[in-house]
Amino acid sequence: MCLAVPMKLVERDEFGGVVELDGVRREISLMLQPDARLGDYVLVHAGYVIGIVDEAEAHATLELLRQIADAEAAG
Amino acid sequence: MKKAERILLAHGGGGRLTHELVREAFLPAFANSALATLSDSAILAELPPGRPALTTDAFVVDPPVFSGGDLGYLSVCGTVNDLAVAGAQPLYLTWALILEEGLERDLLATFVAGAARGAREAGVSIVAGDTKVVPRGKGDRAFVVTSGLGVVPPGRDLGDHRIVAGDAVLVSGPIGDHGATVMAARHGLSSDRLASDCAPLAGLTAALLAAGVGVHAMHDPTRGGVATTCAETAARADVRIVLDQAAVSVRPEVMTVCEVLGLDPLYVACEGRLLAWVGGGDADKAVAALRAHPLGRDAAVIGRVEQPRPGGAPVVLATRYGTERPLDMLAGAELPRIC
Amino acid sequence: MNDIGFGDPAAVKALIARIARTAERLPRRVTLMEVCGTHTHAIAAAGIRRLLPPHVRLIAGPGCPVCVTPVGYVDRAEALAQCADTIVCTFGDLMRVPSSTGSLEAVCARGGDVRVVYSPRDALQIARENQGKTVVFLGVGFETTAPTIAGALAEAEAGEITNFLVLSGHKTMPAPLRVLAADPEVKVDAFLLPGHVSVIIGARAYTFLAAEHGKPAAIVGFTPTDVLRGVEELVACLADGRPEVINLYKRAVSDDGNVTARATVDRFFRASDAVWRGLGAIPASGLALRTEFSHRDAERIEVALPEPVEPPGCRCGDVLKGTIDPPECPLFGAACTPAAAIGACMVSSEGTCAAWYRHERYAGRAGA
Repeated sequence: MCLAVPMKLVERDEFGGVVELDGVRREISLMLQPDARLGDYVLVHAGYVIGIVDEAEAHATLELLRQIADAEAAG
Repeated sequence: MKKAERILLAHGGGGRLTHELVREAFLPAFANSALATLSDSAILAELPPGRPALTTDAFVVDPPVFSGGDLGYLSVCGTVNDLAVAGAQPLYLTWALILEEGLERDLLATFVAGAARGAREAGVSIVAGDTKVVPRGKGDRAFVVTSGLGVVPPGRDLGDHRIVAGDAVLVSGPIGDHGATVMAARHGLSSDRLASDCAPLAGLTAALLAAGVGVHAMHDPTRGGVATTCAETAARADVRIVLDQAAVSVRPEVMTVCEVLGLDPLYVACEGRLLAWVGGGDADKAVAALRAHPLGRDAAVIGRVEQPRPGGAPVVLATRYGTERPLDMLAGAELPRIC
Repeated sequence: MNDIGFGDPAAVKALIARIARTAERLPRRVTLMEVCGTHTHAIAAAGIRRLLPPHVRLIAGPGCPVCVTPVGYVDRAEALAQCADTIVCTFGDLMRVPSSTGSLEAVCARGGDVRVVYSPRDALQIARENQGKTVVFLGVGFETTAPTIAGALAEAEAGEITNFLVLSGHKTMPAPLRVLAADPEVKVDAFLLPGHVSVIIGARAYTFLAAEHGKPAAIVGFTPTDVLRGVEELVACLADGRPEVINLYKRAVSDDGNVTARATVDRFFRASDAVWRGLGAIPASGLALRTEFSHRDAERIEVALPEPVEPPGCRCGDVLKGTIDPPECPLFGAACTPAAAIGACMVSSEGTCAAWYRHERYAGRAGA
C-alpha cells in the first residue's frame, strides 16, 4: 500500500512545486515535506511529497549491491 | 451569415444547417469524388482483385485532443489498422459522428482535420458519413463510428489459424505510448516527450508482407495492450506464447507515467504498433524489413510461440530474473492506483 | 536516480544464492510475512517466490487496504454516490471492490457520480468546480496515504471549500502486526515491513515486534533487491536466533519518520477502533475524523444501507491472516476470479488472491 515514486523536485514555492522524472512532470504539494529543496529526489505519493530520498544512502546501497553481485560472480 | 460557434441540435436535423456543416466542415477536408456527389450511397470504383475485407469501429477518447493526435486521427488510424493487420489494403472509410449539442466548432474542426490527415497518410478516401446531434448532457462531446473497406490480395491468408509453435513474436516499437499519454493528460502529468504512437500501419504491414518472410498473423495491440492481445491470440490459436521481458521496450517517460499511476505497460494501449507472428526462421529478416520503415525503426523480436501446456497459462512473461509469470487478459480497464 | 540499479538481475541472482546458503543454517522451515499490498505485487511481478529455497516461505498478510475494508464501508460509499448532488471521488483501487449489492463501478451504470482520481487534491479541485454539489472523498489507505487526505482537508479548511467531505476508512499498521504476532494460529516467524508506511511512522515504530514478541522484522523498499535483502537479513536473524528490527530502506526511512505528515494527520484524525475484514475489530487500528471536523465527515450523511452481505464460502479472512494460501479457498479460480471477484482479496490487483491468480496460479508448488 505504498506506490510512491522517487522524482526530482525542479520547482517550488511556499506550499507546492513541480517534480520531474524522465521528462514527466507533475504539480505536487509540499505540505507534508516543506523542507524539500530544489534538486532533491523526493518520494511522490498521490500528488504529495511524503519523503526525501537520501542520495548518499541510495548510492551506498547500490554500491553494496554491486559488491554482492561481483563477489558472487567471482565465486 | 455568422457561423455558429457551437454545434446545435439543428446541425443533426438533415436540413439547411446540416448541409452547411457538410459543405463547410467535411467536404473540403475529405475531398474526393465519391463524397462530393453527396448522394445517399457512395458508388465506388471496381475493387482490385482479391477478397474484400470489412471492419467497423467506434471511438471515444478522453481527452479528445492529446499529444500526437485527436479523436479524428485516432478513428481513421484505428480503422485502417484493423484492415492492415488482416493483410488487406485499406481503400475506403465511412465516418459517422454523434455530436453533443454545444460542442465547439473549433474542436470539431480539429477532429475533421485529424481524420483528413489520417486518410492522407493511409492513402484512403472517406467516402460516406453522417452526423447526428444529441442534446447537451447526453453525449461525451463526440463519438465517431467508422467502417473500413479493403481488399486482401489473392493468395494471401493471414490469421491466428496459421500460428504454429516455433513462430517468433515481433513488435514494431516501444509499447504503451498512447495509453500513457492519455492517462497522463487525465491525471495532471505533463511531458514534452510523451506522445501517442497513433499512426496508420498500412505502409508498415505492406513492407513486412513484401519482405519475402512467412507472416502468419498480425494484430495491433490497442485496448488492453500487448498482453491482452497476446492472450486473445494464444486462446484463438491454441498455443503458448512466451514474452521476453528484457526484449520489450518501454520509453522512459512511458515507464514513469506507468510507475506514478500504478499501471503495467504490457496492458497499456498502443495505437500505432504492430504485433506480428512470423515463422521462426524468418525472424531476423522480418525485423530488418520493419526497421527499414519509418514506423518500425525499433522493431524487435519480443517472444516465441510454443505448444500449449495442459493446465498452463496461455501467455507468460519470462522475467529478467529467470522466472515466469502468467499474463492474463485484463479484467477491465486499468485504473490508476495508489496501492 | 531511479530504481533501475535496484532491479539489477546480477544482484538479484547473488542475493538468492546468499539466501540459499544462509537458509542451510535454519533448523526448520520458516514463514516470513509481508504486510504491504505493494510488496505482494512487486514480489509476484518479479517471481521472487519461485527463486527462494523451499524452506523459506513468503506469505502475504493484511497489507492491502482495499482488501481489509469492510463491506459496510463500500456499501456506504455506494449509497452516497447515489445521493442527489453528490460526487464520490476515489482512488482507482476501490472501484471494483464487491459490496453487498454490486460495486462503485456498477453504481456509475445506475446513475451515481463516481470519479477516479490520482490525488485527493484532484477531488478538492472537483469540489471547487462543483460548488452546488457535495464531494465525498473515499479515504482508504494506511499511513502512507492518510497524510495526503489530511493535507487535502487542511487545504479545504484554509480555502473555505465547504463542500469537500471525507469518508474515512483509514487503517494504521502497528496494531494488526501486534495481533498477528500474538495469534497462535498465525505461524509467522518474521515480518517484512512496509517501506513507505515506514517513511511516515519511522523505524522506531516497530521495535515491539522483537522486544515483545521475539520476531525479527526488516523494513524494506519495493524493488527486487530491496525485498531480497530483507529476506536474507530475516533468514540470518532466524538462523542465528537473533530477533531484531532492522531498517534496510535507510535511503527513505528514518528512525522518527515524517513528523510533519503525522502532525497533519493528528490535526484531523484520532485513533479509533476499526473493523478489518477477516481479522475482525482491532482497537486503535483506524482513523476517524475528530469531532471538531464533523463538518468534513461524510459519515454524518444519512443514507439507507443494505444489510452487509459477507459472501458465503469466502475465506478472505484466512487468506489475510496467512493461514491458508488462495488455492485452499473453495471459491478461488472457480467462482472467484479477477473478472468476477467475490471477495476483496481478488478484486484489488494487490490482493493476495488476485496476485496469486495472475502470477502464481500455474506454479503448482505448495508455498510457491
